[in-house]
Amino acid sequence: MLVNHFETILTPEEMQYARQRLNREPNPLEWSMIDAEWNEHCSYKSSRPVLTQLPTSSPRVLIGPGYDSGVVDVGDGYVLTLHIESHNHPSAIDPYGGAATGIGGVIRDILCMGTRPIALMDGLRFGDITKSEHSKWIMKNVVRGIADYGNCIGVPTVAGEVEFDQCFERNCLVDVACLGLGRKSDLLLAQATHPGDSIYLIGGSTGRDGIHGATFASKRLAADAEGERSAVQIPDPFTKKLIIEATLEANRAKIIRGCKDLGGGGLATGLSEIADKGNTGVEVYLEKIPIREVDMNSIEVLISESQERMLCIVRAGSDALLEGIMRKYEVTAARIGKVISTGVVTVLQFGNTIASLPTSFLANAPIINRKSRNPKVTKDELHIKPPTDMVKALLELIASPSIASKEWIFRQYDHEVGINTIAKPGEADAAVLKLPNGKFAAIKLDGNSSFCNLDPYLGSASVLAECCRNIVAVGAEPIAMLDHCQFGDPNDEEIFWSFSMAVKGMADFARAIALPCVGGKVSFYNQDEENGKAIKSSPIAVVLGLIENTEHITRIRFNEDGETIIMVGKTMAELGGSEYYHTHDLTGTIPPALDFELERRTQSAVLECIRRGFVTACHDCSKGGIGVALVEMALSGDKGASVDLAKMPSDEMSDDELLFSESNSRFILTTRKPNVVLEILSKEMVPGEAIGIVGGDSLEIVMRRNKLDCKLDILRDAYTNTLERVLYH
Amino acid sequence: MRVAVIQFPGSNCDHDALQVLTNNLKLESKLIWHNDFNDSSWDAVILPGGFSFGDHLRAGAIAAHSSAIKNVRKMANDGKPVLGICNGFQILIEAGLLPGALLRNACLKFVCKWTNLRIETSHSAFTCALDTNSTIRMPIAHNEGRFFADEDLLNHLTTEGRVVMTYSGENPTGTLRGIAAISNEGGNVVGMMPHPERASDATLGGTDGLKVFGSMLKWS
Repeated sequence: MLVNHFETILTPEEMQYARQRLNREPNPLEWSMIDAEWNEHCSYKSSRPVLTQLPTSSPRVLIGPGYDSGVVDVGDGYVLTLHIESHNHPSAIDPYGGAATGIGGVIRDILCMGTRPIALMDGLRFGDITKSEHSKWIMKNVVRGIADYGNCIGVPTVAGEVEFDQCFERNCLVDVACLGLGRKSDLLLAQATHPGDSIYLIGGSTGRDGIHGATFASKRLAADAEGERSAVQIPDPFTKKLIIEATLEANRAKIIRGCKDLGGGGLATGLSEIADKGNTGVEVYLEKIPIREVDMNSIEVLISESQERMLCIVRAGSDALLEGIMRKYEVTAARIGKVISTGVVTVLQFGNTIASLPTSFLANAPIINRKSRNPKVTKDELHIKPPTDMVKALLELIASPSIASKEWIFRQYDHEVGINTIAKPGEADAAVLKLPNGKFAAIKLDGNSSFCNLDPYLGSASVLAECCRNIVAVGAEPIAMLDHCQFGDPNDEEIFWSFSMAVKGMADFARAIALPCVGGKVSFYNQDEENGKAIKSSPIAVVLGLIENTEHITRIRFNEDGETIIMVGKTMAELGGSEYYHTHDLTGTIPPALDFELERRTQSAVLECIRRGFVTACHDCSKGGIGVALVEMALSGDKGASVDLAKMPSDEMSDDELLFSESNSRFILTTRKPNVVLEILSKEMVPGEAIGIVGGDSLEIVMRRNKLDCKLDILRDAYTNTLERVLYH
Repeated sequence: MRVAVIQFPGSNCDHDALQVLTNNLKLESKLIWHNDFNDSSWDAVILPGGFSFGDHLRAGAIAAHSSAIKNVRKMANDGKPVLGICNGFQILIEAGLLPGALLRNACLKFVCKWTNLRIETSHSAFTCALDTNSTIRMPIAHNEGRFFADEDLLNHLTTEGRVVMTYSGENPTGTLRGIAAISNEGGNVVGMMPHPERASDATLGGTDGLKVFGSMLKWS
């Protein structure tokens, strides 16, 4: 069916540019294809100039940003692939389906490289569940969506991070990252390099779900967003599981030249991107595309974002082999086109050309150089009187949803399928997975919207620093990272400024520690159309680490009575953006400082202590400060401790600052060789002090003016049962 | 001993089980696609965990009617060891090779955690290398693992010694009488919700699962 009506969010300037480049008026189908490719979600037209600041290379990086996933060499012929996706807008409307299809999307990005997805992580941001029934509903269904999808496809969800803040009430953030494993010799690239190769569409049929999904993600959420439900795709993890196995089997048979995930923008985007990357063109036969509904028009077929579909570029002459493998797994495979030498994307319907656009024109949206302006963020001053009952203050903090145990979530995720998960959720600062070459991968995802809201540059550098500390704490060396930037409407100059500063913060710190960025994602328009409110700036970092030796794997739990507890790093009076302030409805004025060089030295000294076998437990000290870190180490090992913070390296400050300050560049570790550890730290000019001893069934902390003494059972109840209590009351 | 691990569309613990049988126990074992499982000369067969046929209709219901089950039934009748793990247990019940039903967990959620299990009998093909009343540790990961049967059947299973394992301490799913694994009359067919393949390597948390698989070698 041909159409003469189309919807677009292209600007008048972009439409003018298109007419000039083509020297004609595109037809409605062509306009729709341009629209699908040139939206912010697919084209990065606003963010690209800013993202170039990130360092992207190292001897281990085989493929950096620009493909479906980044690829890192881990030796012995093996590679790890890494990618992150967000499904914020869909999850705000349909939390179950939105979250589930977010996983579906990131899995395909890993699969496209010819690698098997081996682990998932989720980063979730919701409104205040202690006050909002809506946010409870969103959270329960997002978690169920991730669980149902991830569990079914047999990929363990091994780590994550959750933050609660009122700013996410109508714009929840749902991020999923995936780690893949494969052989270097089996790597695939999503590029159509050889004219004559067949193009197959495999997996689900094309329906009306997910129409304009990417376009929908490239504008603000409207007040009547319920009406956008057709823009949310429908999840089918069972089909996805079959696609994973079928694709990997076809890849092993060496008949696939490349693969492309069909996500945002559907076929229109996927086809133009494989052709552009391969410097070729493609010819597509519309009537060969399996459709779910009979009366779909050509525009709907080409821009639908129906899930569980992939494009396979099949070596000429291998069609029958591919079809045989797909038949075994009962996966639909339709030969919908072929690669051609002319650089155009041509759509034919029963032999008639209905759209024809130059590949490089279609795949490369004109860049927008946006204006930016330093915003005035509302900041409040400190109004808290230091508490006298420190036990009460600590119990309140560990029972705040952002700090409390996330067990309610990770119990619902199969985190062990695949039998590689060595450090499981809650046990260590990062997940640790066994690799087939005898090494281990460590992965973690982190964000901190409170810090980034106060200072996007410092905040996002701190996010990356914290994520690296988490990797180091398990005994791994950081080897690659992903960035993921989530902001409001980029047309707002202040928001674009925050975005630019956040990327700069991450880029500068990444450079300081020589950590390459291998990919990422940008999600703008996380802003409520009705009240105009944008989310707090929420850049996310994912860091991948490598552990060479099983002896180095370190968890957070207190192990043995009598071991010495060492505080690494200096504590300063830095409560700005802290969780302690958040529980008192305060933001503070500035986030903790970050000395890039000190942070680098601290991480390297701690890693040396771990690698030399002196560390029995290690925990990054960040959200909730020393107080929370000690509680987590005690509860994890079911062992108490007595700690004296009075002599610790720190400036003059009140006891709540001492206990809850979120200063950067700090770890808490335990050891049987305190003198050696302190020596290594001092050699690297890193502050360190023995602060206590493991043992007993309570946590005793002496501060400057107060002391606290609390039984582990009481701490456990507050820390462990909070989420469940809040969600069901 | 030659062990077949059957792959249904949607199985996802098939590779894990194979890895443990082949690498840790050095058994001759192979993944067999369900449509190709037409040879009952195997010495033992394992139905692995996962979501066979996407749990469509009911967990295990469609796989229970696949052609592969004909051979599984024959091997069961011949007294050969047959083990259903998690979704495999659900399939054995749907196929009528084991009695009762597996309902949704009482908490109405998927539960993934390590559990303590009491060996109720060592008279089964998958516990004969373990002592009755001993405790082992293995993880569970499922949505529908609450064993259900009427009082008569429960009493019957108990008196006949067909309750193979029960949860010791916490009952994570609300399963009746804490049941985690049962067997057929002969003790050669066992269905269990916990995952022995996930407890077969000390770095992953324990090796008790090896004794479960290893029991096959002792059984005759």
